[in-house]
Amino acid sequence: MVVETGFSSPRTDAFPAGLRVLVVDDDPTWLKILEKMLKKCFYEVTTCCLAREALNLLRQRKDSYDIVISDVNMPDMDGFKLLEHVGLEMDLPVISQFSMANVVCSAFFYSSNSIEPLSHKLRLCNVAVMSVDGETRRVMKGVQHGACDYLLKPIRMKELRNIWQHVFRKKIHEVRDIESMEGIESIHMARSGSELFDDGSFLGGEDTTSGRKRKDADNKRDDKDLGDPSSTKKARVVWTVDLHQKFVKAVNQIGYDKVGPKKILDLMNVPWLTRENVASHLQKYRLYLSRLQKEGDVKNSFMGMKHSDTPPKDSTAGSGLRNSINLTQDNVSNGSFSFPVNHTLAPSVDLKGHEGDRKGITSGPMTELKGPFSIDISGPRKAKSSKISFDHSLGSVDSVVNFASFGPTDTAQYSWNEIPEIQFKQEYEPLQLENGFSQLPLPGLQHHMLPEYLQPAVSVSPGPSITEKEATSSGFEVKSMYDEYRSNHAKHSSQTEAVGESHSLNNQVFKSISTTTSSMKSQDTIPNHLTVSEFSPKNLYEGVGAEDLQLCWPQGDCYATNFGLQGLDCTEHNNPAIVSETPFHLYDHPFDPTEYYASDQGLFA
Amino acid sequence: MNHMAIAALKTQRRNLVQSMFDEGVLDNQFNQLQDLQDSSNPNFVEEVIALFCNDAERIITELNRYLNDQNVDFSKLDSYVHQLKGSSSSIGAYRLKLACVNLRQASEERNKEECAGAFNSIRREYYVVRSKLQVLMQLERHIVNLENQQ
Repeated sequence: MVVETGFSSPRTDAFPAGLRVLVVDDDPTWLKILEKMLKKCFYEVTTCCLAREALNLLRQRKDSYDIVISDVNMPDMDGFKLLEHVGLEMDLPVISQFSMANVVCSAFFYSSNSIEPLSHKLRLCNVAVMSVDGETRRVMKGVQHGACDYLLKPIRMKELRNIWQHVFRKKIHEVRDIESMEGIESIHMARSGSELFDDGSFLGGEDTTSGRKRKDADNKRDDKDLGDPSSTKKARVVWTVDLHQKFVKAVNQIGYDKVGPKKILDLMNVPWLTRENVASHLQKYRLYLSRLQKEGDVKNSFMGMKHSDTPPKDSTAGSGLRNSINLTQDNVSNGSFSFPVNHTLAPSVDLKGHEGDRKGITSGPMTELKGPFSIDISGPRKAKSSKISFDHSLGSVDSVVNFASFGPTDTAQYSWNEIPEIQFKQEYEPLQLENGFSQLPLPGLQHHMLPEYLQPAVSVSPGPSITEKEATSSGFEVKSMYDEYRSNHAKHSSQTEAVGESHSLNNQVFKSISTTTSSMKSQDTIPNHLTVSEFSPKNLYEGVGAEDLQLCWPQGDCYATNFGLQGLDCTEHNNPAIVSETPFHLYDHPFDPTEYYASDQGLFA
Repeated sequence: MNHMAIAALKTQRRNLVQSMFDEGVLDNQFNQLQDLQDSSNPNFVEEVIALFCNDAERIITELNRYLNDQNVDFSKLDSYVHQLKGSSSSIGAYRLKLACVNLRQASEERNKEECAGAFNSIRREYYVVRSKLQVLMQLERHIVNLENQQ
């Protein structure tokens, strides 16, 4: 059933009013509610209860929607699949919904560095993933698939009001990316730029890592008349379907075994593509293939896998946190695993033995994850990242995942790992992260972003309980993760290409973040993936002042967790400072929603 | 005369809603729902409730069916419960949602007896919330009618 409640017309000048939203949810009750909520935001809403229909709609009229909100638990098609498709084929933001997640939902931004070549497409999608159970694995899956954000059901109006930011951000990037194919210089610029950022405007700082090269740059020119291209001079390759196909064709022609970036480049005959671009893409492609190969094994080996035996490099990783990744049956056998990445990236993490005040979230070694994915799990407060490699049946993790030629430690990676701290098996009272889109990422924050949005995920309530107690310790966790991430990140910023690459791979989850810095060095990573800009985690904060992440109970109790630079406080207050600082009141707080909404509008007035 | 009737009805309505909250039958999400109703959509809450009930009953029927199987298909069961849980959360049917959680756990443990017990809770909670909501909707309609007559 497709109910078209609006017409597809270009957005009006009253943006975000008129934002064309496509909502996909098999639950008729939710569909109706969401529709009403979105209409209250003055968006143009189209509802759809079947993922397939949604895809059809999207395909038929590619420019008809600005953003897609999709449930991930749908009978006919896994929401993640929808995500993939949307990401692959269209350049749309997608928000996935999870309901009743006890996970602190932070926006997962689709990293421009997707792990698989396919997921690169998703880079352009703002996908917020809404999960019903907030199970970590689902959330992570969302991330992997390119969710730019995820929302937990029950969804609040506030969260919906903020979705336009994803679209807006994207537009900004498009403008910026217009091209400069400066290449490496841009990398350096980005790197130094990001380090200087403190409070750059969210606009300015976002896409510091690299500009994008668009394959169809010409075709897309018209899209980018949105404003003056900012000073970004990064060139980043957007691996569109076409480009990727050329790539694959070239690879096949040469012969997978004999393939090399230079050869591929020559065969592809794409003038603006550099050897570095190809090299990093090849890297990802290899990972993707090996993962595909092992998918069968993975399924078997995934069952009931719970271990944490991969010792983190850093001994502190064992700081009492036992984090095992539990790849449960449904994780694996879930039909939604079309993406090999899912296996690894969406582990169900069984949090064991953690009690409330865990110092570091992190993760215990997550091991036995099959898949060429290497994740570094940093111990709670260590300055260095410890890397936990998943044992893959795929062969040595290091060789594959880690981005092979790259050095093992990868900051970005483990930050990602921190996500799975969430206990997925337990049903928790929904922890509502009412932090909408939080703030638009500021340049300076880029490499901080990661922890932000990771954290919510991680800081899920420590213990399972169906009561409405929640995440008291989340604040701490968040903080430690954040710090951890930050320090690691900073540390890695001077690393080599290898690091950058791996970051990029990981960035599927993180979106640029740290990669920006590390990628600076790499010669070719940048072009591919990172975009800080695409970040809009719920709990991103501007980097200026503290951000409070509010975790709200349905009943309205709130825990405000400060994910800001200042560290975390788990307090029940709203930080008014944030409100005033934020140009867009992305931050959700118990203030009158119309207040910030109005101001949001004011920006566009 | 109508004023008094209306006032009385409103009090009744208020008390009913309050009791539902107090007992945990409903949670804050229901407030959100009520807030969404406006003049452009004056029957919004009622419509949503109707949708919910429809869907919930369908799912409960399925659950019942699966549970009565010789070999219970727990994953199917889980999937349905999951759906019901989602729906419950949409209108704020808190206790029903909790009952779903219980069933999910029992299902994960593959414990048929526990599942049966949990399912009964679901059914019970569903009927409780449904009947109270029905009363609430009747009160609403009544109030609106009286007000329109003014």
